[in-house]
Amino acid sequence: MSKEQMVTEESSDRQSFQNLKNFFLEVSGIALFVGRFFKEVFFPPYELNEFTKQSYIIGYRSLSLVGITGFIMGLVLTIQAKPTMAEFGAESWIPGMVAVSLIREIGPVITALICAGKIGSGIGAELGSMKVTEQIDAMEVSGTNPFKYLVITRVLAATFMIPILAILSETIGLFGSYIGVNITGQVSLRFFFTQVFESLDFIDVYPAIIKTFFFGFIIGIVGCYKGYNSNKGTEGVGAAANSAVVMASLLVFIIDMIAVQITSMMM
Amino acid sequence: MEQKIEIQEKEKSVKQDHTVVDIQQLKKSFGGNHVLKEVNLQLRKGENLVVLGKSGTGKSVLIKCLVGLIVADEGKLQVLDKNVMELEGKELNELRTRVGFLFQSGALYDSMTVRENLEFPLRRQSKSKSQEELDALVMEALENVGLSEAVDKMPSELSGGMRKRISLARTLILKPEIMLYDEPTTGLDTITSKEISTLILAIQKKYQTSSIIITHDMECAHIVADRVIVLNDGKVIGEGTYDELKNSSTKEIKDFFE
Repeated sequence: MSKEQMVTEESSDRQSFQNLKNFFLEVSGIALFVGRFFKEVFFPPYELNEFTKQSYIIGYRSLSLVGITGFIMGLVLTIQAKPTMAEFGAESWIPGMVAVSLIREIGPVITALICAGKIGSGIGAELGSMKVTEQIDAMEVSGTNPFKYLVITRVLAATFMIPILAILSETIGLFGSYIGVNITGQVSLRFFFTQVFESLDFIDVYPAIIKTFFFGFIIGIVGCYKGYNSNKGTEGVGAAANSAVVMASLLVFIIDMIAVQITSMMM
Repeated sequence: MEQKIEIQEKEKSVKQDHTVVDIQQLKKSFGGNHVLKEVNLQLRKGENLVVLGKSGTGKSVLIKCLVGLIVADEGKLQVLDKNVMELEGKELNELRTRVGFLFQSGALYDSMTVRENLEFPLRRQSKSKSQEELDALVMEALENVGLSEAVDKMPSELSGGMRKRISLARTLILKPEIMLYDEPTTGLDTITSKEISTLILAIQKKYQTSSIIITHDMECAHIVADRVIVLNDGKVIGEGTYDELKNSSTKEIKDFFE
């Protein structure tokens, strides 16, 4: 092995070690941040006005995006499934199949991913820019706890709003599916929804709703963590927004995988 | 002889009583970078103390240590008779409301109007204040900086000088006993810099505040300083009035005045 190759290999080993070290530092950083959240969330002062404002921003301002996406999901799923189902003579199962797919899996996960993009990046960029322009420090020296005012309110708002958005997205998705069924066929709204409710069980609905609270929490906490700890000026703000989306999306899939395992055991 | 000693001790105790900030042997490092090595300084009541120093000599770190934004490694840090290094939570927040901090960037909250920016510290400190009382305090603070017409504007609609003035108004609204200015004239044109410097002086006279002003702007230092200290390589290398330091023979000090 030449000297040059040895140097390259050594530098690559060092880089791998540094990446591994950074990964563990990031994990411990998030764990400490989550710990601080639970340490502070139950004690006053409660920033109710800011929580309401954030719920409006996270919930109301995401309605149209989540609604349109939900509608398209339901419509596309129905149109794609229709020929195959028709081949087996099982067209009447389409409402049930779409409902189970949407409510159990596609609705919560797609809504969470959209929110990770819209809300996670928004929180990351907002807090990141507040950090680099010393607004968080200004809050602290004015005797306000910025963690309570900025982090707890946003995480709670995301935790409570994302399940509502997911339910809305799934409901609109079912209407999209109803339209999809009626493009070539003729099915009444009553018949469609009777089929939907007959195919759904409690075990399809509750675990799906419960996991959206976890999705909301993780999107809020990752966005806040990335923004609150950003540095390196405007470059850091961009990096905070970007890594908030990437990390939140990845964690959404991991939580989904765990939730599916737990639900399977319950069934 | 005994009487003389008694008088000297009395004078000493009066002087100590009037010291609002007492920093002794302050040290702060970031990794291997020793930013503050051994800083000693006192700020007396009603005094404007200017801290001069090149970039990276730890001037901003010094005043951030005073309000607990950065935790010092070693030394004594007494602010308004409280040991900052021992304070936490509520006690630290109480001290912070008595010490105003004007940030270099102004640090106005972007998502709030000027009125909301000024109301923010008030709402947190005294929740019992009525909206009328809040309005009156906001208008008084804005009139002090000559910007009452900007009350409903967003920070993005303000010029650099206006942002600094509004930040100053927000800091002053809690009527702090000590003001810490982190480069108050940086990024401003000469005329606006002079206006801000004059405003700092006017505020000191009106509210009898004691101030530490970090600056590179020699004109600002000349206008506002009662006393100047020079920081170099994490240590105080010179102390005196503006004119005394101007005539100093130390090269590092002379460089600032040339």
